Parts: sequence; C-alpha cells; structure tokens
Amino acid sequence: MSHKIKAVNDFVILFANINGSGSASANNLFTKAVFRLGIPVAAKNIFPSNIQGLPTWFEVRVSEKGYLGRREGYDFVVATNGQTFEKDYNDLMTGGYFFYDASRLLPAHLKRDDITEIGIPLTKICNENYSNPRLRQIFKNIIYVGALAYLFDMEFSVFEESIKSQFAKKAKLIEPNINALKLGYDYAKDNYANTCELNIQRRDLVADKIMIEGNDATGLGAVFAGATVTGWYPITPSTSVIEAFEKYCHKYRVDEESGQNKFAIVQAEDELAAIGIVIGAAWNGARAFTATSGPGVSLMSEFLGLAYFAEVPAFLIDIQRSGPSTGMPTRTQQSDMIAAAYASHGDTKHVLLIPSNPKECFDMTIQGIDLAEQLQTPVIMMSDLDLGMNLHMSDAIKWDDNYQWDRGKVFDFEDLESKKERWGRYLDVDDDGIPYRTIPATHPTKGAFFTRGSSHDEYAVYTEDGKVYEKGMYRLLKKWDTAKSMVPKAEIMNNNHSIGIVYYGTSSYAAQEAIDLLYKQNILVDTLCIKAFPFGQEVEDFISAHQTLFVIEQNRDAQMKTLLVNELHINPNKLNEILNIDGMPITASFIVGRMKKVVK
Amino acid sequence: MSYIKSSFRHPQATVNELGLSKKDYEGSLSTLCAGCGHDSISSAIIESYFDMNIAPHKVVKTSGIGCSSKSPTYYLGKAHGFNTVHGRMPSVTTGANMANRDLHYIGVSGDGDTASIGMGQFAHVVRRNLNMVYIVMNNGCYGLTKGQDSATADVGSAGKKGVPNQFSSIDLCQLALQLGAGYVARSFSGDKNQLIPIIKGAIEHQGFAFIDVISPCVTFNNTPSSTKGYEYVRDHLEATGTVDFVPVRQELKIVHPEGISQEVELHDGSKLVLQKNKHDYDLSSKRSAMDVIESVRENNKILTGMIYLNTDSQDTHKRINSVDVPLNSLSQSDLCPGSQVLDDLNESFR
Repeated sequence: MSHKIKAVNDFVILFANINGSGSASANNLFTKAVFRLGIPVAAKNIFPSNIQGLPTWFEVRVSEKGYLGRREGYDFVVATNGQTFEKDYNDLMTGGYFFYDASRLLPAHLKRDDITEIGIPLTKICNENYSNPRLRQIFKNIIYVGALAYLFDMEFSVFEESIKSQFAKKAKLIEPNINALKLGYDYAKDNYANTCELNIQRRDLVADKIMIEGNDATGLGAVFAGATVTGWYPITPSTSVIEAFEKYCHKYRVDEESGQNKFAIVQAEDELAAIGIVIGAAWNGARAFTATSGPGVSLMSEFLGLAYFAEVPAFLIDIQRSGPSTGMPTRTQQSDMIAAAYASHGDTKHVLLIPSNPKECFDMTIQGIDLAEQLQTPVIMMSDLDLGMNLHMSDAIKWDDNYQWDRGKVFDFEDLESKKERWGRYLDVDDDGIPYRTIPATHPTKGAFFTRGSSHDEYAVYTEDGKVYEKGMYRLLKKWDTAKSMVPKAEIMNNNHSIGIVYYGTSSYAAQEAIDLLYKQNILVDTLCIKAFPFGQEVEDFISAHQTLFVIEQNRDAQMKTLLVNELHINPNKLNEILNIDGMPITASFIVGRMKKVVK
Repeated sequence: MSYIKSSFRHPQATVNELGLSKKDYEGSLSTLCAGCGHDSISSAIIESYFDMNIAPHKVVKTSGIGCSSKSPTYYLGKAHGFNTVHGRMPSVTTGANMANRDLHYIGVSGDGDTASIGMGQFAHVVRRNLNMVYIVMNNGCYGLTKGQDSATADVGSAGKKGVPNQFSSIDLCQLALQLGAGYVARSFSGDKNQLIPIIKGAIEHQGFAFIDVISPCVTFNNTPSSTKGYEYVRDHLEATGTVDFVPVRQELKIVHPEGISQEVELHDGSKLVLQKNKHDYDLSSKRSAMDVIESVRENNKILTGMIYLNTDSQDTHKRINSVDVPLNSLSQSDLCPGSQVLDDLNESFR
C-alpha cells in the first residue's frame, strides 16, 4: 500500500448497486446526511432502463468548495453488485478505498496494491440479524450507510434524525433502521479503526438551501402557476414531473367540503393526445401543461405547429435524455434544443426557457405558463434528466404572495360588450404582434371565432389570399421580436476579458467550476449563461464583445451554437464547440481539457 | 361548391324559448359539393340545438381535418369552434371539456379522420366517456383528396375510380360499443326525421354519445357499385325503429302498440322513445346491440336508428372526481397554495 487519499469534505463516493434492491433510499439517506452536516453535496443516479436486476450506480460528490457538477474519478467505491464488481474495483483511483461485502472472499485475481480494501460482511450480518428475506435486502443497504458514517467520521446523530423524520408516519420502522445503522457503524469501528482518511466534518456552508429534484420543483411550480389541466403520457425522465404535480395537487388542491379535485389529470393514449389535451384546455381558458422527453417532442410537433399558427397557449416541459430515437433513455443530454426550437413543419419558432437548477425549474414553470398566455404560443421548458431526476442542492423555493399571474390579452364580457368596432381575433391592435383572444361562452353574440390551423385572416376567416397569409406570418415574427424582451435574460459576468464562455442548463455546474480551474492557470474568462430562446440583445452584445468564444453543450451537433449562428448571424468560426455526449453529466476537467487545445 | 346555406328562412320565423330564431343557429355558406350529405347533417345539428333551446354560445364545436371537419363553420356561427389537426379532434375536445364542464361539446369527424389516422384518439375518448356528441360523417372515402377508399368502405364496394375495396371494413358503431360508449346510434344524412331525435338524445346524454351518419359523397362515392351511395343506402336501410325525442314537460302523445316500444328517460327527465320494427331487442343490452348489427349485416342491410343506450354511465369528470364548477372559473386564490405552504415545504427539503 503506497498511499491513501486524504481529504476532508472533498471527494467522490461511488455506490455500485443492483437496480430494485432498495439502495436508492439508503444512498439518499447518506447524501442528505452530508447536506445536513452543512456541506455542499451533489448526487448523480446512473440508472438503467430496467425495473429490477441490472446494475445501477450512484455517485455522491462531497464538495466543501460548493462544486455541484460531476467530477471524474472515484475516491471511494461501495461495491455491492457482483455483476460490476471487477469494473468497480478497477475504476477506483489510486490511493482510493474499496468497500465490499466480505461475506465472500474477494476474487483472487483482483489484486491492487495501490488501494485500501475494506471488507464488511454485509450479507452475513443481515442473515444473523434478520430472518425476513426482504428485510435482509433492505437493511444490507442501511448497514453499509452505518459503516460509512464511522469510516468518514460523520456525526451519527444526523443519521438518527434523518431516519426519525423519514419514518415520522411509520414510527415502528425507526428503531429497526437505527439498529441497522448501528450494526454497520460498530462493525467498521471494531475492524477498520483508523483505516479511512476521507473525512466528512460539519461545516456551515449550505445556508437555507434545500435538496430537491428538478422534476419535483417543476411539478410544484405547476401547482403555484395555477395549472388545472394536464394530459400526459408516461416517459422517462419526465414522468416524475406529473407525479409531483399530482402529489402536490392532492395535498393542496382538494376542495375541503366536497372532497373534489380542483384539477384534471388525464393520462393520455400517447404524446399526441397529451399535447392536444393541453391545447384544448388552454384554448378554453384553463392553465394547462404537460411534460415529456425527446420522443414525445417528436410526436407533439404537429400540434406545436397548430398552437403556434392558431396562437393557442401551451406550456410543455421537455426533460431531455440521450437521443436519437430511443437512445439512452436513462442518460442525460441537451440534444433536443433544435427540435424544440423549430418543432413542426413550415416556418415555426418556439419560446424556450432553460433552467439550470431546481429553483429555476419552479420559477420558470410559473413564468412559462404566464408567457404562454401572454404570447399565446407554445413555451417549452428545456430541463434534462440530470436536473430532473437527481437530488440537487438549490436555493430555497420562494413565492411572493403579491405576485399575480399574467393571463395575457383576453377580452371578457364587458370588453366585448363595449366594443364598437368589429373584433378581430388576429388583429395587431397594440403593434406588438400579440392579438386579443376570447374564451368560449364569454358573450352570447360577440367574440366567437373558428380556431384553425389553416390560413386565416385577421378575423379568423379562412383565406387562401397569399398577401393576407403573408401579413399574418410577419405579424407572428413581430410577436417573436416582442418575446425577446419578455423572456428571462441571460446571466452575464463580463470583465472585458477576450475569452467568453457560453453555456446553459445543467452544463452550468461544470462550467462554473471550470472557470475556477482556469483562473488558477491564469486563464481569465467572461461567462454567458443562456436562459431563454429567442436570444435577447445581451446575448448578441456579449458575443460581439469577445474575440474567442466557447459554447459548452451536452450534444453532438452543437445545437445551441447552431441556434446562435442561425438567429444572430454569427460567423460559425467564432464559436468553438465543447461537446460532451456520453450521457453522463459534463465535468469541469473535460471543459478545461477542451479549452486548452485552443487557449494556451 | 353548393352555395347552399344550411338555413331555414321562414317568413314568420318562429323563435325558441330563448327568443332565438333558427337564423341564430346558422353558420356561414357551405363550400362542400352540391348535394353533399354533410350539409344535411349540418342542418340537422342546427335544428336540434334550436329545438333544445341551447344558447349557441354555450356550445363548443370541434373537428379534425377533411370535408366533414370543415362543416362546423356551417352551423352555430355564434359558438366557438376548433378545427384541429387530422384525427386529433378527440384530444382537443377532451382538454376543452376538462377546462369547462358546463358547455355542450359537439365534435364532427369523417371516416378517414376517425377510423384511420384518428383511430387511437377515437378509441380513447370513448374509453374516457367524455361528455360530448361525436358525429362521424361517414362516406366511405377520402373526399378532399379525391376519393381514395377509407377504412369504413365495405369489401367489394367501388367508388368513382371503379376499383373495388379489398380490405375489411370497420364498423364504428360496433367499435364504440366495444369500447364502452353509453349512447350509440347510426343514421343516414337523407333521413332527417330519424337523425334529429337521435342528435337531441345525444345532446342530452351525459357521457359519450356516438352517431355514425352515413353521408354519401356525391362526387367520388355515389356510383352504382358503391355501398355508400344514396341509392344503395336508401335501398338497404333497415331501422331498429322510429325514434322520438320527447322533451321534459311535453307529454308523450304518440301511442305505441304494446311490447314493441321502449322509453328511456334521459338525465334531465326528457325521454327517448324507440318504436321498434321487427327486432324486439333491449336497447340497454350491449350484447343485443352487437347481435342486431351483425344479423342485419348478414342480410346485406344497413342498420340505422338507436342501437344502444346506457343512461347511468359516469363521464370523465365524475371518474376523476373534479369539482362541479368549471376549472377555468377558478381563481388564483382558489388554486395557488401561497407562500406559507412553501416555507413548510422548504423545511421538508432540508
């Protein structure tokens, strides 16, 4: 044994588990304990498209410096899966720690003298303490968490408190779980004292932050935004958005007297129907939304074109995963940007909102539903699997009780009654490209019109007059220009350096860490974090103000770069591409490595 | 183009209980071919809503794509309408209905729009038992693309192109029955006396009401070799019986011979009365309905009239337990939990 990695609050643990074995809750328990000790932590669940039996991994990055992106290399591996045992053993970094179930001997051919092996007989301990096979399985996971608590020198009381709050409603489970933790803790203490030099020490670095999955925050946002109707179709990784919406609706949206629901959740037959339901509901005056992933966006394209052309609000959430086709359905990517931006045939463009963290998922869901109604057009929120399905440390979610939803330009009975001139559904009265709409049944004789995806004049009457059609199409473009000042602004850090880096969504975590790494190498950069499409003037200004630019993305074809080049008429050579497409969240060292090929 | 407006211009226009004349229920000029069955259906729709005293603006009319789906502009001009995309009328209607359960929903579709591209959406809107009237204007062909066979064309039937259809025909009434529709009827665009009471009953039915209306395409499928042409249909009709819609407060004046008439009370107390022809079967029996469709078909006839009616079906809103008021009428104070709730939630995320 040459050396051991020594670190306090700065290392990565890999949990190698079997899918469906109950490891997720144990791993979350560990992650939450780090957070509750006041230390920033990031978790990445690397799971298969499978319910039970296939390998699954869970990475936990403990980072006192607050880096929440993925980091390559494992300092500590918890190996509980025989199928991947050898790979997990070999993947461990030099000086790292290999924690395994010592109920069986390590295979003889696994011999590394540059790591520390920690064998804890998890199965044996379980078999001695539990007779029920399911309990044996579940507590095996809790036992290794208990052992880790000792090995990393963590405060045991934090785990006890977590268990107590987790099982507040099932009190009889508290004691057995704490006992399981103790079994692991004591075994490690008796057999591996002074072995592990990775420590987790209490700090005060998380302020009032929270740990939440992006999809949970998104579903909650839809409740606060007043969405009452959703049509949806199950697809990983977006399903948990609707599940969260349903959970919070049952909590906050059930009429106390009647027990009836102030919401309608319709599981549709496919994504075509899902977006059709949203469009029908929004057309009829309800706030509506749906969530899907890339394959769903493909199916919804025709309807998105209808909503664009007929000017019906629709809020869609795309939790991006690795494409094309079925692709890697349980791996992350940012590869639907172009498909979403220009979804549907004909000249179409859609407003995109791009959150980077759970708080933004919440805020942008509310903003997105407002924008869809203000602009009377589809608005698509571009989240991804990494953001949606992993626990993220995030600023707390806030709601201002003085905030009023913006329902956009809708004529009510009085508006129609007092109107002397003929009302035109598609008349550009305010010179901003946004007309006034009416909701069915508003007035007995005024304001009715026939909504259609075929060409129509300003009064919603069918026309094949090319000039009238053209006028309408250019008005839609004017509306697009109006949108530029309404969507969230890009976040900019500009100190007049010559290098600018551009990123968006979950690439932000790694990008921010990369900036620090570059700074240590005396490479100073300015940053632009894009939050929306269409691009505001600030995006254009940032790009023209910098000589060397990098666009960091998680797709093969540089899709954001393409949008920038296409919409802002930028010379493509000006934008260097940094593209990660392996389905794993991008890392800071990857970004730095790519940048240094250009910047010496 | 027919230049025929689906209208009823009586010199002394009668008014209904709302003080509205039939003119208030009309739409714009039809652009369908002269003699198109669809225009007769539009007229029947106008007459039905007028007679039922339903304010036009309380109706939402939807459609898919095709000749049939153009027709909502030809009736109820004061109602909002939505001409959606091909085969997707059911989902848009579902969303609209979820937003406001208080309005009347009528969707029209064609045989291409329902039995081919929209088959999936049709099947699932039936399953959901959405409270709507769904009319298929069934001519056995794709009119707007010049007469290709549709999935409801009978085997061996040949339209203007003269090539007999080789593929099995879909009977949409049987399909609707199988999928759980509570109100199933078939009619003929040329038989207003039968169609109007059927539409009225469908409007009153709480849940999914399906009406398959054979509506000949005069241009592409009205040949002697077609089983969806006027002549063939007239010669081969076999009605389950005559249908009367009797509104609430109106006394039943028709006297039926005992044993062969069946009265069904609808949700508001109005009645649908079926005076049966030779098939004395139970209108509320799905099995009998399937059987009579099959046995009439075996005799090379087309069964029309009321086929099935189940009045105690629960519509989508009942099944998902949504509030009695329209969801689109709920305000921010009804729907937004407020900041206090978030403070507690944030704590649970720590």
